[in-house]
Amino acid sequence: MPFNAPTSPHQLAPTSITRVMMLVILALIPGIAAYVWFFGWGVVVNICIAVVTALSCEALILKLRQRPVLPFLSDGSAVLTAVLIALTLPPLSPWWITVIGVAFAIIIAKQLYGGLGYNPFNPAMVGYVMLLISFPREMTSWIPPNELADSSLGFIDTAMFILFSTLPDGISFDALTEATPLDSLKTHLALGNTVDEVRAQLGLDAEASRVLSVIPIFGAIGGKGWEWIGGGFLLGGLWLIYTKVISWHIPVAMLGSLLAISALFYLIDPAHFATPMFHLFSGAAMLGAFFIATDPVTAASSNRGKIIYGCGIGLFTYIIRTWGGYPDAVAFAVLLMNMCAPLIDHYFKSSVFGHKK
Amino acid sequence: MANSNYNELTHNGLWKNNVALVQVLGLCPLLAITTTTINGIGLGIATTLTLVLSNITVSLIRHSVRPEIRIPVFVLIIASFVTAIELAMNAYFHDLYKILGIFIPLIVTNCAILGRAEAFASKNAVVPSFIDGLMMGVGFSAILILLGAIREALGMGTLFAQAHLMFGEAGEWMTVTLIDDYNGFLLAILPPGAFIGLGLLIALKNVIDQRVQKKAAQVASPTATEDAIPAPSMAK
Repeated sequence: MPFNAPTSPHQLAPTSITRVMMLVILALIPGIAAYVWFFGWGVVVNICIAVVTALSCEALILKLRQRPVLPFLSDGSAVLTAVLIALTLPPLSPWWITVIGVAFAIIIAKQLYGGLGYNPFNPAMVGYVMLLISFPREMTSWIPPNELADSSLGFIDTAMFILFSTLPDGISFDALTEATPLDSLKTHLALGNTVDEVRAQLGLDAEASRVLSVIPIFGAIGGKGWEWIGGGFLLGGLWLIYTKVISWHIPVAMLGSLLAISALFYLIDPAHFATPMFHLFSGAAMLGAFFIATDPVTAASSNRGKIIYGCGIGLFTYIIRTWGGYPDAVAFAVLLMNMCAPLIDHYFKSSVFGHKK
Repeated sequence: MANSNYNELTHNGLWKNNVALVQVLGLCPLLAITTTTINGIGLGIATTLTLVLSNITVSLIRHSVRPEIRIPVFVLIIASFVTAIELAMNAYFHDLYKILGIFIPLIVTNCAILGRAEAFASKNAVVPSFIDGLMMGVGFSAILILLGAIREALGMGTLFAQAHLMFGEAGEWMTVTLIDDYNGFLLAILPPGAFIGLGLLIALKNVIDQRVQKKAAQVASPTATEDAIPAPSMAK
């Protein structure tokens, strides 16, 4: 099935896939740094495991498909997929979670469809969703940010736990884990509490948090750390737009639509719907907007198409977060809109050069 | 001559024109029911039985049915056999019957059965129709059982779990636990696992066919490569 590419002439940008992928990985660094600061070394160990798995799987399949191994291996796309999956996993997931997720993403979601450029679905999100559906217990065992935790693990302890599930004496895994802010908000709202009550229960004064939630950097719902990670990804994403690696259309459309629909429901009923800022700076919204939805292979390609594509992701994210079964929804929203991307491209072709509109 | 004909029917049913892998028919029960090996065996036997009986009957009456009304007649014949089998399963394998549920009556709508009645039994004598039905059924059952075994092993870490549903108390020994304390790979049990598993099985069959073809081409003269893989026909 041929997918419509934008009409010619194509301007050749003075850049290569490898350069783009490396710039994207560089742009992830502020977010990763915040991640390590608040959630410990687990994410670094996960990234290492994921990258090694991704490169081995890619090499294996390229060899089986009798394609040149080195050129495809060094384009960095497998590394980026691996890093993105590692960022979506709980920091203390056992090693086999990472290995299964990355192998599934690279082998099934990417190479079986024909490799880079032919995959209709974002491989990282396919891998993540597969893990979330298959291993719900492991995938929801998040740890609280360092400053709220009773005990935290050093680098060696973290690596030991991920690889051999051994913990230092006196620490149990249950004591280390806690639900994420999105998760606990969802659970408490389902129990019939209002947003204010949830905030009060989770240790923050309702009045204070109402004031603070306008600037969520200070931590609105015991979700300290999450806003900083979101901020880190926002910073990296803005830099990507500045260096023209990605265009502004998809992130702005996605965050804008998420902001608009959450603001609408917040204004209607602030007791039962979280603030717009909470939605923007929780879960994978920022990571998704700048680094996942903008994947050029699986997104719509014309500018108007990109805006519709981004809006769709924002709306689906809010709908599934609020009324769906899972606490976060960026991955599901991205996959749903991946499915629509060829249709969007069919209806919103960019105008042919030299033609009047 | 007749002998080689039966060999060809067997080869067609089991491999070259396999209902599940090549014709891609009867996907609904194939994907929905193959969560365990025992389910696969149960549905496989029921389908094979229906296929054999309906093929024989359709072949017997092929000269006395007017072509205009042949399809309703075939459906009625298939439905009668399925009803009989359903009642028998309800009586003798009640627990298995409860698990397979709606998919037993749904055998009536399995395109593979009507397809064989229309494409083969209504044009051929009784004995070839019997062989064709049997081999198509066995080929379909083999994939049901294989897919069931793969999904059960990946999803629950066992093989032949709940064998007592099929073989009574005497079958308990068949249950094999491959990995103790297995966490469970839920995706394999869920519908996506069925689609991915079937896709990989089809890919495996095509790879084997290509290998065989290549070898045959190397052995024989280079012109003998006409027996290409038949394109899978798409149906529900």
